[in-house]
Amino acid sequence: MAMLGFLILFPLVVAAVLLVVRNNRARNVIVGASALVIGLASIWLVVTYLGAPWVSFEFESPVIDYVSTIVSVLVAAAILYYGIRYKNVWACVLAVIQVVGSLVFEFGFAHAIDVTEGLYLDSLSLLMAFIIGVIGSGICVYALGYMEDFQAHEPEGAKDRRPVFFALMFVFLAAMFLIVFSNNMVWLFTGWEVTTVCSFLLIAYTRTDEAIKNAFRQIIMNMLGGLAFLAALYVSAIQLGTLSLLEFLRIGVDNPALVVLPVCALAFAGLTKAAQMPFHTWLLGAMVAPTPTSALLHSSTMVKAGVFLLVKLAPVFYAGTASAQGGLLAAAPSIMVILVGGITFALCSFMAISQTNAKRVLAYSTIANLGLITACAGVGTPEAVWAAAFLILFHAIAKSLLFLCVGTAEHHIGSRDIEDMDLLFERMPRLARFMMLGIMCMFIAPFGMLIAKWATLVSFVDTGQIALVLLLAFGSAATFMFWAKWLGKLSGIAGRPDNVEVTVHKSEWTSIMLMAVLIIIGCVCLPVISWLIVEPYVYSVFGTLGQDIASANLWIASIAAAIIAIVLFAGLGRNKAKKVDIYLSGVSADNEARVFRNSLSGESAATSRNMYLENVFGEKRINPVGTVACVIVIVVAFAVSAISLPGLF
Amino acid sequence: MSLLFVLIGTLVFAIAAPVLGCLLAGLDRKITARMQGRVGPPLLQPYYDVRKLIEKDRVSVNSTEGTYITCALVFTLLAGGIFYSGGNLLMSVFVITLSGLFFIVAAYSTRSPYAEIGANRETLQVMAYEPMVLFMAVAFYMAAGTFDSAGVFALDAPVVSSIWLVFLGFLFILTIKLRKSPFDLSYSHHAHQELVKGITTEMSGKTLAKVEIMHWCENVLFLGWVGMFFVWANPVSIVLAIAVIALVYFLEIWIDNNFARVKWQAMLSSAWIVAFVAGFVNIAVLAYL
Repeated sequence: MAMLGFLILFPLVVAAVLLVVRNNRARNVIVGASALVIGLASIWLVVTYLGAPWVSFEFESPVIDYVSTIVSVLVAAAILYYGIRYKNVWACVLAVIQVVGSLVFEFGFAHAIDVTEGLYLDSLSLLMAFIIGVIGSGICVYALGYMEDFQAHEPEGAKDRRPVFFALMFVFLAAMFLIVFSNNMVWLFTGWEVTTVCSFLLIAYTRTDEAIKNAFRQIIMNMLGGLAFLAALYVSAIQLGTLSLLEFLRIGVDNPALVVLPVCALAFAGLTKAAQMPFHTWLLGAMVAPTPTSALLHSSTMVKAGVFLLVKLAPVFYAGTASAQGGLLAAAPSIMVILVGGITFALCSFMAISQTNAKRVLAYSTIANLGLITACAGVGTPEAVWAAAFLILFHAIAKSLLFLCVGTAEHHIGSRDIEDMDLLFERMPRLARFMMLGIMCMFIAPFGMLIAKWATLVSFVDTGQIALVLLLAFGSAATFMFWAKWLGKLSGIAGRPDNVEVTVHKSEWTSIMLMAVLIIIGCVCLPVISWLIVEPYVYSVFGTLGQDIASANLWIASIAAAIIAIVLFAGLGRNKAKKVDIYLSGVSADNEARVFRNSLSGESAATSRNMYLENVFGEKRINPVGTVACVIVIVVAFAVSAISLPGLF
Repeated sequence: MSLLFVLIGTLVFAIAAPVLGCLLAGLDRKITARMQGRVGPPLLQPYYDVRKLIEKDRVSVNSTEGTYITCALVFTLLAGGIFYSGGNLLMSVFVITLSGLFFIVAAYSTRSPYAEIGANRETLQVMAYEPMVLFMAVAFYMAAGTFDSAGVFALDAPVVSSIWLVFLGFLFILTIKLRKSPFDLSYSHHAHQELVKGITTEMSGKTLAKVEIMHWCENVLFLGWVGMFFVWANPVSIVLAIAVIALVYFLEIWIDNNFARVKWQAMLSSAWIVAFVAGFVNIAVLAYL
């Protein structure tokens, strides 16, 4: 338990120290050392409790209850402050509702309810702790070098607000640890709100009009989710008389019809945080922030908190669809989550095809993959949860690697447009290979994400979720298209343009290497991870093992992944064949620039671009469809679940 | 144990598939010639062509293209090995997609405008046929109760009896997979409708030879998928499957010779509509009726 406390509190201490340290070198040392400490501590925790079922820790403290209420109020007050300052009515209204709501809740209801076991851990928490502790702090290290370049690109005399930036990143980590270890749902809610406000401040970091606008979009959407969470707490306290997550899940599994409304509300909170349609716009808007922020939001924190909650609720969803007494009513939360997730996966994959901005492609792919995890959670069978856990893990690693690579490339080639990443293989050979590895991990067998998708497909078929099979099949096809054409751009090789890679910061390389090594280890050791972490979780929750893919196939995939990694990093570029020019329908004048002598003896340059199929898969066409469909699904689900409130009808 | 099976299967496939595929390609050229009123080359002409390619000097536009193509070939062999050793059909589907990706990346790596257009079209082709291929695997699983291709030998009736609609849909996208006109957008055997040489524009000598061999092996694998629909516990069914394969291949050659290349829009929309109607409807019927 001391370990859990340490992981939650230590980042807070670091954040406080970073807030006052203004010296660059001192900050580098502090961030590097504490990232190492957090990383090692979380690995140690994982190793200590490897294979553990649900372990609760007796821990209750009225002081912490008050502190968490105060923090919740402070969070709302901070939002109110910014809302007034930037004249955003909606943010103010929501903040006021939240302040009143949480105060009334704490003093009116929560006080009477004791949660004796405040903290817990199980294998899913361990997996999340690993992601937060290792990948999250890896991103913090990366930010050191990145923010130095970022500051250098700022106009002369701009205020250096890096202390705040780094402090926020560490607060973020602490809040995430609080979310994954809290059994007391009030504490969990506090962590939830802290991540919301942290990402608000991080998105608004540059203080441009666009950043402020997008930050407010984020805060409004996530506060809606936060209020839904609060509503779930009310119902849970009043109707069920408990605020313990474990108790809540138990009641939900035994009697799903009883918890339809709170589960729906919690699922709604999860959907907003996981940026599912129609709330996906906040994650797209978050792209204005510096790249480490995006990496943090997309891979190890924030959105992962959303899917974490949904996966935690998975047994309740499953019980809802399986229970005989509740009928359609009890299945409402499950159907809502499945449909929103599935639709989001397919449509966001489509929209990714039409994007040329690398960060936007990554954002759409994140939303799509979160949709898949969401759908898995909604299905809720042991097999689906197995797949969801792997999707979370591999998505976190691969996405952070890709964001870090895109950030570094942006600073060195001056663009985040995929069409400008031509020749990256020559200009930044190492970086291009890492990026290629990350991309391959996202969408192709034998790498982790595809193995997880495979398990997802089988679990959808087994549970008869035919609509999901449809969405998965078409969405996956689109996924192939947008990743493959990006991968192709990266692989382009011509003469020998200058290598601009030498100026990349050491801290950036360290983090990028860390993620790449994690990908390779993760893919090669996938059967072992399944055995040590994911299966114990599935077993502890469902009492049965669920795995759709035979171990032999996992091992084939693991061997193939090892082969590809070796080819990518050791085999490429060793060919000693005689070099010739490419064919350009005329005599080459400058082969590297694709310039040739045309039939009039002048010079023509051949150009070619990837296909973005704007007319078929453009945002304008697809976005409204998804937004409307998902809004209808959510509204109907809430309408149905409201019926379940006793006394209302 | 099954790992060993796959390994042995891959080795056998690596030897048998090029031979079979080469004969098939020779037959293809013969029949095509007859349809066009020509005599056609000898049956072994594809073999002579590839032998000639292998003897050529090693010339290349960059240092990585050949490695990517080798990977593509190796993974094609693995996909075939998995399928013919009775392994998991989905795994075979995924590995052949991986092989396709390496082929695409090889073309992109040359930075030739023509090869890039070919590679772009190849990704579109993959996107067009992938949903139907997945539906095919899922429908097979629902009909046979297993993803393992060896499972067909335990069936009382061939899977085609319950998933004939999926079979028809699969035939449609098979034209794309076999690179036959009207869907040979990325790489055509018909010189008159090709943009230079599509995705293989910059490939020559040994590299091009590997592409040819890969294409032969792919064809053998895909026709194996066709045969799978018609096999059940009765050993005679294998003869039936081979007869169906011969018929399907003849049909593909006939289509190849009678249709001109379409635009990508037509390919994508028709393939997706077919996948939805044939694949999805059949699966829904299996699941709910």
